[in-house]
Amino acid sequence: MVSINILKQISDYEWEIPQETRGDMRVPVRLFATRELLEAAFDDKSIEQAMNAATLPGLVGRVIVMPDMHQGYGFPIGGVAATRYPDGVISPGAIGYDINCGVRLLGSTIEYEAVKSQLGDLATALNQYCPSGVGSEGAVRLNESELNQVCEVGSKWAQMKGYATEQDLRRTEEGGCLAGADPTQVSKRAKERGRSQLGTLGAGNHFIEVDVVDRVYAEDAAQVMGLHQGCLVVQIHCGSRGFGHQICTDYVQEFQGAVKRYKISLPDRELVCAPLNSPEGQSYLAAMRCAANFAFANRQILAHAARQAFETVLAGRIRNWQLHQVYDITHNMGKIETHDIDGEPVKVCVHRKGATRAFGPGAPELPEEYRSIGQPVLVPGSMGTASWVLAGTEESMQRSFGSSCHGAGRVMSRHQAKREVRGETLRHDLETQGIHVRAGSLPGLAEEAPQAYKNVDAVVETVAGAGIARLVARLKPVAVIKG
Amino acid sequence: MTLSTASGFQEQPHTADWALEVWAPDLIGLLQHAARGMYGLMQARLQAAPRETYRFEIAAPDRETLLVMFLAELLYFTQRDDVGFDQFDLIYADERLTVEVEGAPIEALAKEIKAVTFHNLAVRETARGLEATIVFDV
Repeated sequence: MVSINILKQISDYEWEIPQETRGDMRVPVRLFATRELLEAAFDDKSIEQAMNAATLPGLVGRVIVMPDMHQGYGFPIGGVAATRYPDGVISPGAIGYDINCGVRLLGSTIEYEAVKSQLGDLATALNQYCPSGVGSEGAVRLNESELNQVCEVGSKWAQMKGYATEQDLRRTEEGGCLAGADPTQVSKRAKERGRSQLGTLGAGNHFIEVDVVDRVYAEDAAQVMGLHQGCLVVQIHCGSRGFGHQICTDYVQEFQGAVKRYKISLPDRELVCAPLNSPEGQSYLAAMRCAANFAFANRQILAHAARQAFETVLAGRIRNWQLHQVYDITHNMGKIETHDIDGEPVKVCVHRKGATRAFGPGAPELPEEYRSIGQPVLVPGSMGTASWVLAGTEESMQRSFGSSCHGAGRVMSRHQAKREVRGETLRHDLETQGIHVRAGSLPGLAEEAPQAYKNVDAVVETVAGAGIARLVARLKPVAVIKG
Repeated sequence: MTLSTASGFQEQPHTADWALEVWAPDLIGLLQHAARGMYGLMQARLQAAPRETYRFEIAAPDRETLLVMFLAELLYFTQRDDVGFDQFDLIYADERLTVEVEGAPIEALAKEIKAVTFHNLAVRETARGLEATIVFDV
């Protein structure tokens, strides 16, 4: 049983679990949290899971845990772990089943006050144009050859089909395409599941949200991103759908044997892994990149659908109804990056599960217009509360493998949320606050109630206080679409 | 939901995902109740007809892997063919499970399960037979 007594306080926002705390830990665990958030984390198994993650072979530096941490399966949500390339390991469970689950933010110059009376129509149109819900299928159906192309080129496929602009791709992490994807490493089953799901939102905590820029904290960065106080923005949160889920399922099963072959001992079978330079590791890496590219294309097609919805409702009523891409980030991914470890550049595989890449100013991976301000970091809150746009910092590069938080983080189980919150009451409350809701399932809506999540403002205060991100803008929801 | 005291399933608290405790006198019963519990969590409602039968085999080195592979297989058919199952005829011999399941097209499915995980999974022998707690990614 772990308790807060095992932690060493580094600052108001940082804590460390020393490596010596448990005999099988290979590195320390560094947690970004206020005392209050940390105490809440002991209510579930997230800290224990972070210590388990610290047993993965080939880890460098520390396992990092973000303030929106909560219990996952094997690896905690909000966790970041870097393994040495190529002899460290890659663990599918440390990336998650929804490979490249992420967030896209579209900005506009549409003034909230000018379209306030059309927001209900806008929510309905978004709901019609963007397929959502359990097992939803999209308007885009792919044959095997087209699916292979999506796997290989990601958002570029969407651009070739007229669903994306050059700016969309430039302002997507990795340009919307991870190199090294190999569709031959993806099972027939995953392909069967992926073929009809491109351009779909899915269910669970995935959503499309229209927000208004409530407050700007960094005028320089907001200007570059095209975020204007009082104007609308759109967030799209989803991932690689059944395609990614099946790829992870396939490899977690396959790696059960790999850990025995490579004599790797782990405290949890969901953490199974294989050396990055092994045939199993290379195969998973290539398949995972296919799912990542699928997810980039998925959010791109949904962005196209959102633009169609805006055009349908607002064209002819206001002059500039267009939506421009601010950024698209992933928060479930394994990526090969170079980071400074003890003053030396080291090539590593950074596992981020429920954590966002947050590269600081000057990073060559960023589009030119963002190199002076740092990477946009998108932090959606829960329905009815704020979301945030942050920017990566030099500190994040030094202290968290260029990573930051990804959301509010759950505190209440779905079961408890459904017991305590009635979907219909919640929808009424949100509508009373001026938030238009379109939800496929009222019990599903209840599971995602604001009280099921931490206070996103406290999460953001922590990463900003610790210096691993800076505040750019706060967003306030005005329409929510959920499957 | 508890089907009987000798065997059954019950949802357990989990912050982000779903955990299902399952118990039964033997391995076949455990697998059957795990499947029923999984469809219970999804709140699957099946059409009255047509009834459909699926057959498959699973070879697994241990009981935990068998449990995950069995549920993952059902989940795959459900997501591929929009079919749910409510009858499970299982034979286990020589580390091989022979499965014949019967069900019908899904009329309504309230929740989606992304995957069956190995997280802290252990099939334990207890006074009431076999027990396991399965965590589903949702």
